[in-house]
Amino acid sequence: MKAAVLVFPGSNREGDVAQAIELVTGRRPSMVWHGDGDFEKVDLIVVPGGFSYGDYLRCGAMAAQSPVMAEVKKRAAQGVPVLGICNGFQIVTEAGLLPGTLMRNSHLKFVCSDVHLKVETSQSLFTNRYQAGQVIKVPVAHAEGNYFADADTLKRLEDRGQIAFRYCTPSGVVEGAGNPNGSTNNIAGIFNETKTVLGLMPHPENAVEPMFGGTDGKGLFEGMVEALS
Amino acid sequence: MTIAQEKNPPVKLPNEPAITPQIVAEHGLAPDEYERLLKIMGRTPTMVELGIFSAMWSEHCSYKSSKVWLKKLPTKAPWVIQGPGENAGVIDIGDGQAAIFKMESHNHPSYIEPYQGAATGVGGILRDVFTMGARPVANLNALRFGDPNHPRTRHLVSGVVAGIGGYGNCMGIPTVGGETNFHSAYNGNILVNAMTVGIAPSDRIFYAAAAGIGNPLVYVGSKTGRDGIHGATMSSTEFNEDSESKRPTVQVGDPFVEKLLLEACLELMATDAIVAIQDMGAAGLTSSSFEMAAKGGLGVVVELDKVPMRETGMNPYELMLSESQERMLIVLKPGREELARKIFEKWELDFAVIGHLTDTERMVLSWHGDIVGNIPIPPLVTEAPMYERPWTLTPLPAELDAAKVPAPKDWNASLITLMGSPDLASKAWIWKQYDHLIMGNTAIRPQDGDAALVRVPGGHKGLAMTSDCTPRYVQAHPETGGRQAVAEAWRNITATGAKPLAVTDNMNFGNPQKPEIMGQFAGAIMGMTEACNALDFPVVSGNVSLYNETEGRPILPTPTIGAVGVIEDIATSVGSRLMQSGLALVLLGETKGWLGQSIYLRELHGREEGAPPPVDLAAERRNGDFVRGEIVGRRVAACHDLSDGGLLVGLAEMCLAGGTGATLKLPKGINAPHAYLYGEDQARYLVATDDGEALLAAAAKAGVPAVQLGYSGGVNLVVEGLLDLPLSELRAVHEGWLPDYMSSAA
Repeated sequence: MKAAVLVFPGSNREGDVAQAIELVTGRRPSMVWHGDGDFEKVDLIVVPGGFSYGDYLRCGAMAAQSPVMAEVKKRAAQGVPVLGICNGFQIVTEAGLLPGTLMRNSHLKFVCSDVHLKVETSQSLFTNRYQAGQVIKVPVAHAEGNYFADADTLKRLEDRGQIAFRYCTPSGVVEGAGNPNGSTNNIAGIFNETKTVLGLMPHPENAVEPMFGGTDGKGLFEGMVEALS
Repeated sequence: MTIAQEKNPPVKLPNEPAITPQIVAEHGLAPDEYERLLKIMGRTPTMVELGIFSAMWSEHCSYKSSKVWLKKLPTKAPWVIQGPGENAGVIDIGDGQAAIFKMESHNHPSYIEPYQGAATGVGGILRDVFTMGARPVANLNALRFGDPNHPRTRHLVSGVVAGIGGYGNCMGIPTVGGETNFHSAYNGNILVNAMTVGIAPSDRIFYAAAAGIGNPLVYVGSKTGRDGIHGATMSSTEFNEDSESKRPTVQVGDPFVEKLLLEACLELMATDAIVAIQDMGAAGLTSSSFEMAAKGGLGVVVELDKVPMRETGMNPYELMLSESQERMLIVLKPGREELARKIFEKWELDFAVIGHLTDTERMVLSWHGDIVGNIPIPPLVTEAPMYERPWTLTPLPAELDAAKVPAPKDWNASLITLMGSPDLASKAWIWKQYDHLIMGNTAIRPQDGDAALVRVPGGHKGLAMTSDCTPRYVQAHPETGGRQAVAEAWRNITATGAKPLAVTDNMNFGNPQKPEIMGQFAGAIMGMTEACNALDFPVVSGNVSLYNETEGRPILPTPTIGAVGVIEDIATSVGSRLMQSGLALVLLGETKGWLGQSIYLRELHGREEGAPPPVDLAAERRNGDFVRGEIVGRRVAACHDLSDGGLLVGLAEMCLAGGTGATLKLPKGINAPHAYLYGEDQARYLVATDDGEALLAAAAKAGVPAVQLGYSGGVNLVVEGLLDLPLSELRAVHEGWLPDYMSSAA
């Protein structure tokens, strides 16, 4: 699997995701600077976490307008898989690749903590290594992860099986107690209609080694390798 | 500019006021200090020259009250690459790598404007570390707030924590550890001490000493604005009711720009273009240009009109004294300007050649072709005021007889009270606002161990780091308190299995012109010196913050000790979490039951009295070396240093962190169980192991006092015959106090 990780001014988890990809594939992804309109053909585009453009104006809003995102949109339309994590989720949402928006956490504070996620489906190139209903533990680290969409959009997402992950309790109950940010329907991650674009707030890239947060996030990368190699 | 021109007296600027005694006083210069200035200059200074002297001779920049004492601290060891005097300390951690670290205070700004004060404290210490060529890998912070019931405390906690998180999170550096205390002595003067640890190749360290006559002086980063003018002088005076009006002296941070600056500097450092580099911190362009030239024994010409400016109408005085953030000064090799410019332009940062080095040993400031300042550099350093201020040592208080301290009537209630008290309650509300996981190297997270443990990228090594001080001990007896702060930092590193290597100290004290305050400083230094010597734990960097007083009331003397250690194989480290049943619980070290200055005495009996627990450095060394060996030899499952609250609080913390209960049985012949369980005797560790017998035997062989007290297991914490508490109940008070406090109305 050949991957590209985008780098914007203010990106800061590009190294973490590159490390996770290298750990799983044995191959370092290429790092693509935001100013580059074009980059080599890849099997996967990753939009990493961080504070692109300082989160000024609105999280992800400025990065969504960068030359490299115009190229990402073009390739996404051709079916090239795109993974947006945290600020990357905010960016792909701002870029219109996914519906809805990420609002300020309901408690108004940044939150860094392990959370539990319920995997909603194993039927995607991102989640094929997990079982539907499986509970995994990965961390979040964000101040704006409170997913919101209007009622029609939510219904469409739910009806078409576009919810990828929901926050839940350690025992897998999807309820307020497991929700770190007030996200609607406990949504932690969603797909586009073709399930080739995944955006999620949690950081599976920080849960790939036993001593450093556990290995529950590794399945995501292994699943992509299986689907894309 | 020719040398002849450089020696001309400066021109006065339009509207420049005459220098009056009042203007001199407003610049914080004492009359005799101004006399010194006149002798050096041989004439009346211009405003900008006066401003430069004021900043360079401020307590903050000159260490004039503390220097004679700081010299006593040990600073050398075979693994020390760079001791105090540079932007940060540097130690060798093997495999061609160096750890670069320092702690610095931002107390006064954080009280005046908590968010920006704390944020720029983090920004400043990060720059100190990456200036030297290191990529920062971890942040810590030591916070002291006033009484929780004080009307400002909630606002300050909220602002400081948000500011630290706001800056560190955006920079992408994990904030992995620290400490937070509350005490009424900090009501009007909180402490915000921020520490950064970075890693660099040991043969690629960058220093501040300028070299190469004619080499260009380059300004990079943010533009200069009018923020933070006189910050260094403001930090060097006491607070009073007017402190609110000093808000404009607090800088405003932009972590996004600092992130760009970090990446751009590291990119430039990977080339061979840099001769010297220095961040612009306190006293901005003044201290950075001055220090670079002074350390290199050179002169410098600064063309102030070339400095990138944020607003129009700025004058030389403002430019030299602004503390605008996210700026660096670099001396480049000749001909490397375009290479450097391209890098900074890629990162969308300002880049300007603003001067060059000379052999005149003078700082010459020009403004649109006119010389507006001309100061000889060496005398400003060599003739700087240095005070041997009178000092009176605090006498050692009488020892408190534990038998005269009542035992709890209700043991369960006593532990509930302690675990939910402000100093001992969980600080998760704070550290969950800090990204402590970014970079993917955090092996021991906050609350999971005595020190944070971070993997050194690209290998198996780990860096353990901590910050420690017990101000109530220092207040009671500064020598003991200084000794204890160092010993506890050393123990905390040890308790993970890492070898403690070096210290950064952040000395927070009151007004040094009062002999009893200077005596606290002196006493703390004496104690720290003894401990650092006994434990081979040199001081490699530090910071002094004096005048921490409001309306004449000083803070508790707080010499915060930041420390770093290394473990060769991170897989051999342990945390303090009790994760499984059936482990033997062994107490290492001697327990006499010392209740003087204990948390038990304060929280349950409202008394702050007695002598603090004595620190036997030989015992520290022996017990610590023993327990480290057992950990690295994989004979220990969990380890916790015993400090605030003693044995029972330590055990409760282990149980809560790991989610496993425990049952203790006191040894025979304990007359005062409350002293045994809550006493704060030093040099002790509580260890969980699957082979208690073997550990006891090894301890006996090493001459380390050891006793097996019980086993892990169950969902309750039990002390036979005294106490039986469900962990859920303990957890509710332990984790509940801070969030409840922060969400309740003032």
